[in-house]
Amino acid sequence: MTSAKSPLMGSGRLIDENSFKERMIVLFTKWETLLALLFVLEIVVFSNITPYFLDYFNLMNASFTFMEKAVMALPMIFVIMSGDIDISIASIIALVSFAMGYAAESGVDTAGLILIGLSVGTLAGMFNGFFITKLGMPAIAVTLATQSLFRGISQAVLEDHAYTTYPESFAFFGQGYVGDSLIPFELVLFLALAVIMGFILHKTTYGRQLYAIGNSKSAARFAGIYVDRVRFINFTLNGLFCGIAAILLTSRIGSTRPNIALNWDIETITLVVLGGVSIMGGRGTVPGVTVAIFLLGYLKFGMGLLNISAKIMIITTGVLLIIAVLLPNFLDLIKAKRKLRLQQVRQN
Amino acid sequence: MEPMKPKEPILEIRGVNKFFPGIKALDGVHLTIRAGEVHALIGENGAGKSTLVKILTGVYFPTSGEILLDGEPTEFKDALDAQSAGIAAIHQEASMFPDLSVTENIFMGHHLIHPVTKRIDWKSMKRHTRELLKRMELDISGDTLVKNLGVAQRHMVEIAKALSLDARVVIMDEPTSALTLREVEDLYKIVRQLKREGKAIIFISHKFDEIFEICDYYTVLRDGKYIGEGRVADSSVDTIIRMMVGRSLDQMFPKSDSLFGEVVLSVHHLSQTGFFRDVSFALRKGEILGFFGLIGAGRSEVMRTIFGIDRASHGYIELKGNKVSITNPRSAMKHGIAFVPEDRQNQGIILQMSITRNITLPQIHDIAKASVLNSSLENRIAREAGEQMEIKAAGYHVDADTLSGGNQQKVVLAKWLATHPEILILDEPTKGIDVATKAAVHEFVSSMASRGLAVILVSSELPEVMGMSDRIIVMHEGRITAQIEAKDGDTDEIMKAATGHEEEAV
Ligand SMILES: Nc1ncnc2c1ncn2[C@@H]1O[C@H](COP(=O)(O)OP(=O)(O)OP(=O)(O)O)[C@@H](O)[C@H]1O
Ligand SMILES: [Mg+2]
Repeated sequence: MTSAKSPLMGSGRLIDENSFKERMIVLFTKWETLLALLFVLEIVVFSNITPYFLDYFNLMNASFTFMEKAVMALPMIFVIMSGDIDISIASIIALVSFAMGYAAESGVDTAGLILIGLSVGTLAGMFNGFFITKLGMPAIAVTLATQSLFRGISQAVLEDHAYTTYPESFAFFGQGYVGDSLIPFELVLFLALAVIMGFILHKTTYGRQLYAIGNSKSAARFAGIYVDRVRFINFTLNGLFCGIAAILLTSRIGSTRPNIALNWDIETITLVVLGGVSIMGGRGTVPGVTVAIFLLGYLKFGMGLLNISAKIMIITTGVLLIIAVLLPNFLDLIKAKRKLRLQQVRQN
Repeated sequence: MEPMKPKEPILEIRGVNKFFPGIKALDGVHLTIRAGEVHALIGENGAGKSTLVKILTGVYFPTSGEILLDGEPTEFKDALDAQSAGIAAIHQEASMFPDLSVTENIFMGHHLIHPVTKRIDWKSMKRHTRELLKRMELDISGDTLVKNLGVAQRHMVEIAKALSLDARVVIMDEPTSALTLREVEDLYKIVRQLKREGKAIIFISHKFDEIFEICDYYTVLRDGKYIGEGRVADSSVDTIIRMMVGRSLDQMFPKSDSLFGEVVLSVHHLSQTGFFRDVSFALRKGEILGFFGLIGAGRSEVMRTIFGIDRASHGYIELKGNKVSITNPRSAMKHGIAFVPEDRQNQGIILQMSITRNITLPQIHDIAKASVLNSSLENRIAREAGEQMEIKAAGYHVDADTLSGGNQQKVVLAKWLATHPEILILDEPTKGIDVATKAAVHEFVSSMASRGLAVILVSSELPEVMGMSDRIIVMHEGRITAQIEAKDGDTDEIMKAATGHEEEAV
């Protein structure tokens, strides 16, 4: 009753799926592939319009402008993947930067500042996670509240003042280069973190649990997954990575104002969704988001070179975002239609 | 019955093909549906029954082939199209909006509009709902949110929705798989009434007693191909099974007499306010303990509590004589308990994950070294478990939502068997599974039991419980009303205990 190929396959009714052409179709209808192609297209277009674009020094330096957001996007993949959301991250940056500025003002050294940055960020993330998982409150409501709360602390104390005194060695994190090269430390740090987070998501039990939770919390629970523990860890990671991003940003601009990183929460979520992570949860990859980060970052840089206004940039992002949300369905449709035609041809 | 003068068909399907990536779900299928007839669509899991239903309701578009409505070639562009052509269906997988009320769900897509005010006419929608629910003898309010209903009630609401459309052709895809005896009887009444009203009914079921009870005509599919058709009255179960699976089949329940070992699980005065009260029983190694009862008897709730999903308000559980506190499914699994839940769609399977990942989900920590998944080990475990259950799919990498209903159920069974439990709790395990596989599952469970597995079998199918179990516990309204040795089991006695009435034995 079973076919020779594999005992599970329906007897003799299978269509050959493994031809080169079929595999190419599968590959090219992936969002990640399309993003990568779009990225290549972007490079080709810009380098043909302006000679300043495809310049090693320029490209490296341009990355400074979006690496902090890139770092924030990594744990956000986990949060969105498991069906949650965190809109307090920009405010965590404000809180962390405030704490570091305050400490620096009172003479804490660089190592101490790093420690403060990482722990304040982590605690803020845990604070979110506690209300969301232990008290069962919706993530959007909790992080909406902490969005005001975390930034509010900084605003209340600083008002329209700023902290601007930091130890000299603190400047390295946001402004330094690796060794004698022209490669920014921020860029290397991000890539390293991306590899780690990608490994966790795609190769480990933790990542598998994220996919399961994002697709069905109850089925995940019935399979023995500690759903709330995983979600709590996600929010904690979000806090920790905001701590890292806050160190980079504060170090780069050398000051702390209450409006630091304003709107970065939405911009970060945009990167994640554009990278192909389903806002409904359960779908997405780290490579996809990484490509989206560079695509948008260099789009901004290229448009800046051409003196195109920021408004156009916002519109472009909006359009891309809509496409990102719609495209998965659209691709499925194309795939299905193609398949049908293909099979009809074979049939006759 | 009138003399057998074939009526003109309402709906006819000719040479319909439907291909999915990697699989031919339908391959030249014919089907002729007549008014006033109940037409059984029969076939193994994955034979293509649900696919055919989806083509008739405009969900899928056929790859090729013809659909004739009253002799006219027709195309259904979408679900609404089919609906306005007078075809309504109860799909195998519930498709309701959990956060909306029963009334809203029933009238979803065909709201009544008030003739004068041109507004949504809630009043008459509510009235219609009340009438429908009454006609189906359902004791729920139209304002109840669907998420607060049990699986069976949800299914009944789905049926009510199909009735509200007042269609000429009513399709029921495994309508009884989530129902218990009483509701099945109610459903029969409805089907007979529809038949008297001259409607055509397509009825899909894996249960032959149902087919012989209410169907007039049948069509058999196998591997997406049309195999044959006939009058139910002129055929025997044996002929139909032979058409279905290509060979004849011993439908006997394979109960091997096994010797029981020590008590592995004992439950003492377990209670959960509002659901069950004072439940005590013991389960021995090698034993199959059946749980029978009607919907709402509290059987599933007891099992959920043992598995650590819900908390007991009173009572305790002992495993091998030691009192344990199981607070979540993971700790239950660590104690060697596996649980195949009743609600496949929400609790058993993750539709957007591959077969492999579904099967290995409960044991991802065991197939990983320092949290890193070993994918070759994972594939091997999934393949072994899946082959035992004979899952039929285009491959193990495909998402579970491309599987037929019965094959999804096999994935859930494979998933829990792969954990090598000592105590296996099965809640309606053969729901939606075809006869051949059902026999295989029964045989498998029996053989596992004879090798020392302790099994709890919750089922609303009396023959299954009686055939499989060594001992049967009957529950009614949250309490145990009888404990019966299976060998002196008696249908009447069990039904009495299950209904809680002396006089009412169905
Ligand atoms: N959306 C889909 N994509 C790919 N394959 C599909 C899809 N839907 C169904 N199939 C395949 O088509 C075949 C027929 O499935 P179908 O659901 O019609 O079976 P069925 O007869 O209803 O079985 P069951 O008794 O288990 O419900 C199966 O092999 C299934 O895997
Ligand atoms: Mg089906």
